[in-house]
Amino acid sequence: MAACGEDAKPATDFVTYGTPLEPLEEDEAPRKPLPIHEQTVRDEKGRYQRFHGAFTGGFSAGYFNTVGSKEGWTPSTFVSSRQQKAEKQQATPQDFMDDEDMGEHGIAPSRITTTQPFASRAAPAPWDKAKALGAQTAVIPGNDVLDELIAPAGSSIGAELLTRMGWKAGQGVGPRIKRKPRRQRAPTHGRVFGCAPPPTGSEGSEEDDDEEFAPENATFAPKDVAAVDFGARTGLQGLGYRGLDPALALRGQSDGHPDFFSPHSDATSKLFGETRRATRGPRGVAGQAFGVGALEDDDDEDVYHRDAMSKYDTVLADEPGDGLYGWTAPRGSSQKEASYLGKILEGFTLSQGSQQDKTVFPPPKLPADFQPLHRFRRKVQVSHLSGVSGAPVVQVPPTPPENAGRHRVVAAQRGALLGETVLPGPSSVMELLRPEDRERLMRLRAPGSVSAPPPPPSTALRRQEEAAAAAWRGLGGDCHAFKPFQKNTAKQARYEAYLERLRAGDKDAADASLDPSMTEWERGREKEEFVRASVLYRPTSSALASRFTRAKDGDDDDEDRVEVPRDQEGSTQDKEAAVRMKMFGQLTRETLEWHPDKILCRRFNVPHPYPGSAIVGLPKVKRDKFSVFNFLTVAQSDLPPPQAAKKSRWDQEAEPSPAQTSQPKEESPCVKPPEVTPEDKPQVVKQEEEDDEEEDDDDEEEQVEDVEEETRPPMDVFKAIFASSSDEESSSSSDEDDQKEAEEEGDRAPSVNLFDVSSPVVAAERTDAVPRAPPPPENAEFGPKLPPPWFVPVPASSLAGEERRRNKKQDKCKKDKKKKKTKKKKDKVRRQEDKKKKKKKKAERQSDGEDVRPEDLIERLKRVSSSRDAR
Amino acid sequence: MTFPLPKPQTPQLPQHLLRTIDCEQGPVRAVRFNVDGQYLLTCGADKSLKLWSGSRGTLLKTYTGHGYEVLDADGSFDNSNICTGSSDKTVILWDVATGQVARKLRGHAAKVNCVQFNEEATVILSGSLDGTVRCWDTRSRNKEPIQILDEARDSVSSLKVSKHELLTGSVDGRVRRYDLRMGQLHVDFLNSPITCVCFSQDGQCTLSSSLDSTVRLLDKSTGEMLGEYTGHKMKGYKLECCLSSKDTHVLSCSEDGNVYFWDLVEGCLSLKLPVSKAVVQSLSFHPTQTRLLTASESRVHVWSAEPEEPEQNDDDADSAIPT
Repeated sequence: MAACGEDAKPATDFVTYGTPLEPLEEDEAPRKPLPIHEQTVRDEKGRYQRFHGAFTGGFSAGYFNTVGSKEGWTPSTFVSSRQQKAEKQQATPQDFMDDEDMGEHGIAPSRITTTQPFASRAAPAPWDKAKALGAQTAVIPGNDVLDELIAPAGSSIGAELLTRMGWKAGQGVGPRIKRKPRRQRAPTHGRVFGCAPPPTGSEGSEEDDDEEFAPENATFAPKDVAAVDFGARTGLQGLGYRGLDPALALRGQSDGHPDFFSPHSDATSKLFGETRRATRGPRGVAGQAFGVGALEDDDDEDVYHRDAMSKYDTVLADEPGDGLYGWTAPRGSSQKEASYLGKILEGFTLSQGSQQDKTVFPPPKLPADFQPLHRFRRKVQVSHLSGVSGAPVVQVPPTPPENAGRHRVVAAQRGALLGETVLPGPSSVMELLRPEDRERLMRLRAPGSVSAPPPPPSTALRRQEEAAAAAWRGLGGDCHAFKPFQKNTAKQARYEAYLERLRAGDKDAADASLDPSMTEWERGREKEEFVRASVLYRPTSSALASRFTRAKDGDDDDEDRVEVPRDQEGSTQDKEAAVRMKMFGQLTRETLEWHPDKILCRRFNVPHPYPGSAIVGLPKVKRDKFSVFNFLTVAQSDLPPPQAAKKSRWDQEAEPSPAQTSQPKEESPCVKPPEVTPEDKPQVVKQEEEDDEEEDDDDEEEQVEDVEEETRPPMDVFKAIFASSSDEESSSSSDEDDQKEAEEEGDRAPSVNLFDVSSPVVAAERTDAVPRAPPPPENAEFGPKLPPPWFVPVPASSLAGEERRRNKKQDKCKKDKKKKKTKKKKDKVRRQEDKKKKKKKKAERQSDGEDVRPEDLIERLKRVSSSRDAR
Repeated sequence: MTFPLPKPQTPQLPQHLLRTIDCEQGPVRAVRFNVDGQYLLTCGADKSLKLWSGSRGTLLKTYTGHGYEVLDADGSFDNSNICTGSSDKTVILWDVATGQVARKLRGHAAKVNCVQFNEEATVILSGSLDGTVRCWDTRSRNKEPIQILDEARDSVSSLKVSKHELLTGSVDGRVRRYDLRMGQLHVDFLNSPITCVCFSQDGQCTLSSSLDSTVRLLDKSTGEMLGEYTGHKMKGYKLECCLSSKDTHVLSCSEDGNVYFWDLVEGCLSLKLPVSKAVVQSLSFHPTQTRLLTASESRVHVWSAEPEEPEQNDDDADSAIPT
């Protein structure tokens, strides 16, 4: 128990009984045991039971140790008068017992049992066994015989009935018979082996005694026959072997084999329960297994028991009895004649007619050309033989095709074949219909329409059908995820066709997609199934559907499954397109359910958004470990279609910017931004993205733009794909060209500005031709690199360092110049800007206001962007 | 050489070099203001973190303990702690006054790009090259992170925390915003490795710079693009961007050694501040004043709106060394 408690984990489930002891604590003072008078015992109903002590009556009974209830026990009033004598009160033990005593664990458990009269003669098995055991081990071995003798007499209902019919114990059951003269007796009373003659009815037990005065007209009860025990043999001994029976051994019977069939044998007597004192033979233990005792009188006893061959029959002599088939032979006809002579119970009568023998018919004669092999036909056209077809039976061809199978024949045909007369009355439902209805039906069944119209479906089915049609109409995509009729491929195909039709908005999709070759009944059933299935498994909305994963077919092991986030970030392709078009917002935004940790929420002083949720992070679902979808997401992020293949890797920033996709890939590896020299610049610029953020106003830039505009699909395509309907409505007035122009304007404006400001610097840089120090070869550095350190520690690049230092000196002096230049330029720019600003609206003027609140700024920004959108 | 002063532009830009600090700790990977802008933190490639006085530019303390270059730092709201992330894959929580390592948090599988305290400095959030953001509890002694946000499919390059939101920028080209209050994750796809993200001061917008040399201002709630700022060069390096303290301008580092200032609303370039010849890697805007820190190579420049040093409570600043 202690060990149990030590390593007991909540996971291991032991079955424990009772209430566990409270754990002992070291420093706790030993608790005083509860005094006896405070200990309470309750019965199963929760009532207190006072304990009186074992010797004073145990638990208190009744109500506070009294009988009955709170009111006490009211004795039945005794009234006896001259006219009405009081009946004698017979008290049963039950009157003095509580309910608990009658219960399962009480002293007299009451359960339904077979009462003695109805019990079968056979004593209950355990009882029997116990008795047999007692007999074996008893001091006086024959004791149980005495027990049996003084056993209480109880007769079963069967015995009762028999006695009423005149049966007496010891007699056989059956009609009384006349005694026939003994024809023959077994000539020798020697041992009989093998099949012994049965005790025939004529061979009564009293025969020997009664033979001389057998009157002609007297009838006798048949001889009692012991039921043959057909119990299975369990031992290894041979047939008929019995172990040494102490009862027999004591009586010193030296017979080798018990003779069951001779009526006087002990075995028989034992079987029949008779106790007959063996009068002859020596006493004491004797038998084959025992030697000759010291007290044995006769010394000539065959100690070693040599079996003499003379004891056996050597010739198949005449069988006793009828000599026909031994004792299993059917009884002679003489017995049949005997009428029942016994008493007949009242309420019963003797049957007059004799029991009819079962007639056994000979097997049918096989035709000469019968071949015990069945050949199946390839195709059986059963459409015209449809079972419940509305066509009148008269139209059925009188002779079915010879090769039509038995099951392909309609009942009417079968009847015709058998030559049955046609039952009077309408042979078809059609005849019951009114003529106009029939006419209409026939019109509907007109040739040309392959499928017969179904019987008008029940309104419920009709409604379901409509619901299914409404649910599936206009839906595209793969809705075949659920295959309800997977086992029957043809049916599944029909079901899918049905769904197709539903999606197309077909009204009678079910009828059209059903197999015309089926019977109407089948078709009706299938239609119903289809409609039900389509209603049950109607496609969920994609958002909802993504929350569920289909269970794997068959037995699914958890080992094969892996947890993956339920909501995956969607594919990047359309988002890339959206980014390229600068359509940020809905298209690039995804909102997922995310569960913060409880502690994290507490630390942030934020109520948990999903109280009671045990999930942390993104909700996960189990998917097959090797499901394609698990890898798809990876593929999405790592290699979104070709050009973006390794874009997101850290070391790719040297390559052309990701947005720029139309450039041939060959150029990319040779260009590395940090190593940009002025000579390379145009090339770099070429790789600038299309966002028109050109620092250098190169002509090539425009070329690139042209190229990209060629490759880019027309705006309509993107609009059709991405723009939501509301957007379209709002911007429907504006032309796409306008929008484009506006964009370009917006882009141009800062670029001009920029150019003005930075051109001197750019020019200076160009003339300087300062090669930027290459980044030090860091050890497998990924990602946007950290800028190169100021000092270049690698000796290999010391030259470059020197050069840089030299350049720096140059730079310094140039810097001053530059500064001046820029200042001048800046002033100019500022003046220009001021001029511009004057022209600009008042609202924008306010932006220069002294105290600008960020909220205002954002407000304005939004307004500006929205107005830009509107344009 | 006096030019007629242009019309006074009231939202002034920090275009006057106030001070240049040579940090002497190798290339400065990140420079940060503390919560009220009095102190500077510089993360050096020589494994050290240095605390400077913002007004005087004097070195106050050096924190050593990282095993590799320090990539990002953040100061707690009460100036009592600093957290740093490093290339040695650890996040260290420093005690400011003693300079001791209060806690060293291991768990990232790769270098830690960005760290950030939450508002009450109860949680340190760190984004790493291994694509995860780990939330470390500073209150308990738990060695394990509270939660690991592994939604990013590539390195997490930048991370910002607002009251109940986490903004992460990842190299997989997505800006993710974890809304703790709503229990939602908003993913904005930008199709280019994100180098830096930040919230606007009013918390309504997010700014993200990416390697396609574009800084984008997105509406936080809908994900729509409110502004796009181009002109600078950000193609290979993880450079930073930020918003000015009053949300009037968008700032971004550039590989050409300048810091670009764009007007937030109009989207036009308003200033191109030449900082150095080398790449300007990090910048930090003063939380309240128009003051800018830029880090280029081993130097940190302090820029201010006024050319001359304003005589503002220097003594206070020095006396207020956090204890």
